[in-house]
Amino acid sequence: MSRRGKFAAGGLVIAAAIAYLIWAGVSQSVVYFVTPSELLAAPTPSKTYRLGGFVQAGSLKWEPKSLDLSFTLSDGKASVPVRHKGTPPDLFAEERGAVVEGSWTTEGYFKASLIMAKHSEEYKAPPDGAEPGYKELIKSLRGESTQ
Amino acid sequence: MIPELGYGATVAALLLTLWGTVAAAASARTGRAALLRSGERAAVGAFALITACIALMIYAFLAFDFSVRYVAINTNLGTPFYYRVTALWGALEGSIVLWAWMLAIYTLIVVIRYRRSQPELYPWVLSVMLGVLAFFLLIMTIPAPPFERLTPIPADGRGLNPLLQDAGMITHPVALYLGFTGFTVPFAFAMAALIVRRTGEEWITITRRWTIIAWYFLALGLLIGGWWSYHVLGWGGYWAWDPVENAAFMPFLTATAFLHSVMVQERRRMLKLWNLSLIILTFGLTIFGTFLTRSGIIGSVHSFTQGTIGYFFLGFLALVLLGSFSLLASRMERLRAEGVLDSVVSRESTFLLNNLFLVAATFTVFFGTVFPLISEAVRGVKISVGAPFFNLVNIPVFLALLFLMGVGPLIAWRRASAENLKRNFLKPVVAGLVAAAALRALGVANGLVLTAMALVVFVAGTIALDLFRAVRARRRSGDDWGAATWGLLLRQNRRYGGFIVHLGILVIALGVAGSQAWSVQKEVTLDKGQSMELAGYQVRFDGLSASEESNHAKVTGTFTVTNGRAGGYMLYPAKKFYAQEQNPIAYVDYRLGWIEDVYLVLGDFARDGSHATVKLQVNRMVSWLWLGGLVLTFGAALAILPDARRAA
Repeated sequence: MSRRGKFAAGGLVIAAAIAYLIWAGVSQSVVYFVTPSELLAAPTPSKTYRLGGFVQAGSLKWEPKSLDLSFTLSDGKASVPVRHKGTPPDLFAEERGAVVEGSWTTEGYFKASLIMAKHSEEYKAPPDGAEPGYKELIKSLRGESTQ
Repeated sequence: MIPELGYGATVAALLLTLWGTVAAAASARTGRAALLRSGERAAVGAFALITACIALMIYAFLAFDFSVRYVAINTNLGTPFYYRVTALWGALEGSIVLWAWMLAIYTLIVVIRYRRSQPELYPWVLSVMLGVLAFFLLIMTIPAPPFERLTPIPADGRGLNPLLQDAGMITHPVALYLGFTGFTVPFAFAMAALIVRRTGEEWITITRRWTIIAWYFLALGLLIGGWWSYHVLGWGGYWAWDPVENAAFMPFLTATAFLHSVMVQERRRMLKLWNLSLIILTFGLTIFGTFLTRSGIIGSVHSFTQGTIGYFFLGFLALVLLGSFSLLASRMERLRAEGVLDSVVSRESTFLLNNLFLVAATFTVFFGTVFPLISEAVRGVKISVGAPFFNLVNIPVFLALLFLMGVGPLIAWRRASAENLKRNFLKPVVAGLVAAAALRALGVANGLVLTAMALVVFVAGTIALDLFRAVRARRRSGDDWGAATWGLLLRQNRRYGGFIVHLGILVIALGVAGSQAWSVQKEVTLDKGQSMELAGYQVRFDGLSASEESNHAKVTGTFTVTNGRAGGYMLYPAKKFYAQEQNPIAYVDYRLGWIEDVYLVLGDFARDGSHATVKLQVNRMVSWLWLGGLVLTFGAALAILPDARRAA
């Protein structure tokens, strides 16, 4: 084989190896985004999904002692119960958007390993006249009365 | 008043740079010196006007002039003094001003440095640089005007994004933009060399140093970004393969490839076409990165969704790539290699491999970043490829690059003899294997970590061996060890600057491998007075307190950390409440160490302070990343000094 040929062959082998790595990487780690209705239409247990929706009012339960967090994600049409082990992230709250990563379980809930609260750049100033909510919090931490 | 002044200065600067672009190019065509001088004056004028824009904007921030929309959005009456200055680059419009200003500074340096020494290339270099500057001024005029007026004038502003109120955010964008804009200089020289058909080694010698400068600032920007992520975001990591990180990482990879392949061209007159392509690609990737992060196409902390700006960037990118690659194609016949590859076992082929892997890594990052967008646009399926993808594909590639880092600098050019290989590599290979065996005996079972550690020891061994031999040779002429080492570093600054940069990368590699493999964490809810334990540390929750700061309120936890050896210390992680945010933001507290950091994040807490949920992490070897950055700084500084041997 000529010298040029050797270099070309070597380069091709490496390029092929990297192409294979990329293919394997994508097929192993690609995660599909689904809405609650899409998930419930065809729930496949133990496959990893990213599930996006808004946290239903009144569904958020947080047990500090056991670190059990549960809530319902909804897209207006369907809703999926979600369970997670860990503190809710800073931007996570009821009636706000959230994306969770995890998988559907045969017991009928979505087991989330990661919660991504949707961060909006458009944070607003509090409405005129209203005291920011944290003032009350500070008072209660200081042991002052807060009727 | 300020909105009108600022807008006027922007438009005037745009017109000046447009004129300068044309004048400089026309002077090159016609040879009329007066046109060139006029182009230079346009560059100086544009610099003065953009400086005025910056001054006006800073003044507006300091004076709380809320008639400027940008000021009203990014500051409020409670914003501390220094964050009012840095709020200048806290969002899209202002960061474009900073960008343009840095580009104007680079242009001025080029004018001062090359107007006499490079009469042939210089007019075109000036024309290209002013052309790029004109594009950013166009952005400041139409899609993202920083001086837009706000009516009615509000009594108070909204405030800077709290996550950006941190020292890391003062320096990170500055370093990053100095890197991004710096690549315009090599690009302009490459274009000039192609236009005047002087594609020899000259433009490369000039631009090598400029590329190192831009490369260094980009590296620094990436590291400071990692530091910010680590100590502000509270997840305990420094790199997430976020699109915005990838956007800065891609030009870093291609610039690294260029800095290596350039040596092959200097030495063997090969790879001319390749080097030009790498420079164009690097510059294109800086524009693409800005498009990715500034157009709002990908949601992240850095994206400020902005109507039409994406089209401007895409249009400019298309113009740059089409223009420069067709120029390249038209000069193809001049770009033939004069040398040939002699052997597979040679420095040339090592550098070729290095380039192949670096470009492959760039492609991987590009693919992983863009694939979700393409999938959504083409198939309508939303997917994500996260860190697992990037790690799976890139770890082998980076390990291969580490190996080449040991081989490349010492293997012979043209054809390496068995003697050359044995002399330079036998001892380092043995050292690497011994290190791996020792770590294995100590109980390290992770194959990737063992490989990485063995490679680091191997590469460090090659550098140590080479340095030791060179210093010993100088010792024979009578110097003591210190003087011999120092004299060597200064006399062969380019070579040893490169070696020290390599050492910096090795230190960073150790930090990455160690932190990925050995960091541990635990999340627990503690009652007041209760302790938790992790990796030999006891952390006791002592209580919560509340306070009001100038622009936010703060709930602070008090924790006592002991590890049974020395006396304990306190950590104060907190939650900050900003009026403009609906939710609190965690404030991490930590104690850094060379071996491990203790890192504590306050999660949820009871309103009466009786219990709190915390995440405790013991992060191993993360400090090595920052140490590696210091080593890198020293090496890069050495490498950009004027070449001592050539000057003498």
